[in-house]
Amino acid sequence: MKFVDEYRNHKAVKALTRQIFSEVKNSWTIMEICGGQTHSILKYGIEELLPKNITLLHGPGCPVCVTPLEQIDKAVVIASRSNVIFTSFGDMLRVPGSENDLLSVKASGGDVRMVYSPLDAVKIAEENLNKKVVFFAVGFETTAPVNAMSVIEAKRRKLKNFSILCSHVLVPPAIQALLSSDDCNIQGFLAAGHVCTVMGYEEYIPLTQKFRTPIVVTGFEPVDILQGIFKCVKQLEIGKCEVENQYNRVVTKEGNISAKKIIREVFRVVDRKWRGIGTIPCSGFALSDAYTEFDAEKIFDVGNLIQNESSLCIAGEVLKGIKKPFQCSAFGKECKPESPLGAPMVSTEGACAAYFHYGKNKIMETNLSLN
Amino acid sequence: MEVENKINISSNLVCPIPKSEYDKILLAHGSGGSLTHQLISKIFLTQFNNEFLNTQHDSAILEIGNNKFAFTTDSYVVQPIFFPGGNIGDLAINGTVNDLAVAGAKPLFISLSFIIEEGLPIDDLWKIVLSIKDAALKADVQIVTGDTKVVEHGKGDKIFINTSGIGLINKNININPKNCKPGDVIILNGSIADHGIAILSAREGLEFETQIVSDTAPLNDLVEKILKTTNNIHVMRDPTRGGLATTLKEIATTANVGIEIDEDEILINEEVKGACEILGLDPLYIANEGKIILSVANDDAQKVLEIMKQHEYGADSKIIGRVVAAHEKIVVMNTSIGSKRIIEMIAGEQLPRIC
Amino acid sequence: MCLAVPGKIISIDNSNPELKMAKVNFGGVVKDACIQWIDDIKIGDYVIVHAGFALNKIDVEEAEETIRMLNEIGDLIEKQDSGEK
Repeated sequence: MKFVDEYRNHKAVKALTRQIFSEVKNSWTIMEICGGQTHSILKYGIEELLPKNITLLHGPGCPVCVTPLEQIDKAVVIASRSNVIFTSFGDMLRVPGSENDLLSVKASGGDVRMVYSPLDAVKIAEENLNKKVVFFAVGFETTAPVNAMSVIEAKRRKLKNFSILCSHVLVPPAIQALLSSDDCNIQGFLAAGHVCTVMGYEEYIPLTQKFRTPIVVTGFEPVDILQGIFKCVKQLEIGKCEVENQYNRVVTKEGNISAKKIIREVFRVVDRKWRGIGTIPCSGFALSDAYTEFDAEKIFDVGNLIQNESSLCIAGEVLKGIKKPFQCSAFGKECKPESPLGAPMVSTEGACAAYFHYGKNKIMETNLSLN
Repeated sequence: MEVENKINISSNLVCPIPKSEYDKILLAHGSGGSLTHQLISKIFLTQFNNEFLNTQHDSAILEIGNNKFAFTTDSYVVQPIFFPGGNIGDLAINGTVNDLAVAGAKPLFISLSFIIEEGLPIDDLWKIVLSIKDAALKADVQIVTGDTKVVEHGKGDKIFINTSGIGLINKNININPKNCKPGDVIILNGSIADHGIAILSAREGLEFETQIVSDTAPLNDLVEKILKTTNNIHVMRDPTRGGLATTLKEIATTANVGIEIDEDEILINEEVKGACEILGLDPLYIANEGKIILSVANDDAQKVLEIMKQHEYGADSKIIGRVVAAHEKIVVMNTSIGSKRIIEMIAGEQLPRIC
Repeated sequence: MCLAVPGKIISIDNSNPELKMAKVNFGGVVKDACIQWIDDIKIGDYVIVHAGFALNKIDVEEAEETIRMLNEIGDLIEKQDSGEK
């Protein structure tokens, strides 16, 4: 497959690992904030290819994982209503709420449907005018214009039965929050390539200057990630702290202007709660006044919901890169993909699920050498 | 096994339900992954415990008089019922024939039960029946008994089919995962994930440049030729639901061996790769219906491979890995980028990723 | 962080100016994608597609240059390694 296979090429991977080995002199800790990169790093065993003095941390880059418990509980309540068709991307269906998840609602007879695109949800609304159709609009900036289009299309088609339950989050405020915290040991970042495809990378420049931390916009394939790490290490070794663009085949400094315009039209920036982390100021999107009629939170009264998070779950520490999943006492025991205690064990881009799926617990238990 | 609740199933008996994280059946319980295994081991095996069932093989091996038989059953609930490369009818025959074949049996007799939803067009039923007839002829099996039920519209999904099968095992054949040992070579007879993607493409309206078709096929003739070549076939499985990865993991666990496979040797059609990329699916976990995976003693591997390559259902056969002494019960894949990856079982259906 | 896949534009449908669509070929699989946010797009261009929407065009020259450079380094390494043996 063009523009995929070349970035999984053994020769190019070998070239980059050699470059990294010859460049690195000191120990460095680099974080990626992108569920897709987490998944790729674990799937391709990239950490095992690196020198031991480079530590890779997985940040809160899985929007499924950081969706607040309240939003999941609201989704479950709305989806359980008899005149509602609740639509969502696949990964959200198994995220545990305080009592249960959306898949359990489906198993109990709720009309919960998986869609690949929010436009599919708009189509369902058009075909079921006697039902209320809700779309769970979750994601980082990559998905924001896509979700925005669903609302614009619904307005254009004059649909009165479509709404979105919005839980968008933004990357730069998360980086700021992580770098500002007292226990931060992150020295460099790999920024999410597809977020920057939409938004560009101008907003990361002040972060590099304020926190003296290099940020490399990076893609998702093994060659991309290794090249991103190489560029980051090179900067760290000479004390540079700039934004660099590894993913330059797709990302430009200003991003996609038309997509950003759609985002500004449909959404406004709000404070957002991140599950496991807490509220980060100006770190989310909510619907703007012009589109408030599509806000599911205003349409549905869900009453007072009391949140109940598992006391065993250390998702917050995992998402901030303070602990690795196998350092959680419940990892692989009470908490497994078929019985997740927290969100990072659900989505394959969540660090806990990725560690479990790619057998990181087995590596620890058996001292299996993968080199 | 903890006792959570007790229910009365008759006036004097009390039956404890095993503790489970779920109080309802989910779709994932039927996907062939770890939730399916949990359901089987916690609910079914605890109540139907016997030496035949406990082997947890595709077929039960029964000795009756001087003969050894394989006996298997399977239900088919595929949607859509007509898909590129086949339909629920030939799928049902081929699936049961293959379960018998991988036990080393010559498939002989099939039972055929229909549960039909009221409103199914007779035309559709006729097409399915003709496919069943053709598949049975090709596999050289006879349909000797059957049943038909009709349920109200809305209470079934067009048509469900159950097939059971009996086959005769030659006394010399002893295919048992416990025979699997380090040094054995693992052979796969062709490309993976074709069936699952053919189904998904019909459901999701994916178009292809070259249409992906299901690989549903009767493998008994191929197996017969393999077994004539050598007595050193240790394991044979057909990697259906849960895909190649799940089957390899099951073999490693049952046989208590380590398995190593080479990603570069696993054949995947370009369009299947493309579909998996778009949908965020891992082809290793996608269903196959015309594939067989076997472990054979190293000395016989080449001649088995040559025989397979001459067969219509084995032309693309390849050695994809080996059984190793290290890392018992663990499957390791050498990736195409030169790293290693552990292959685990997944909990349920792969949910296509978006974010 | 979101799954976006590269594909080639094989046909364009401008019939709805609010929602311009294209058929995109992803390694042999053809799917519709909305190209509303991409200016100056033509058949044969490569785009990166997320949840049914094209996010940007792929700069083919940039991509080929990176791969060419990495393969050169890879060739050098292979020569060095076999020379050392």
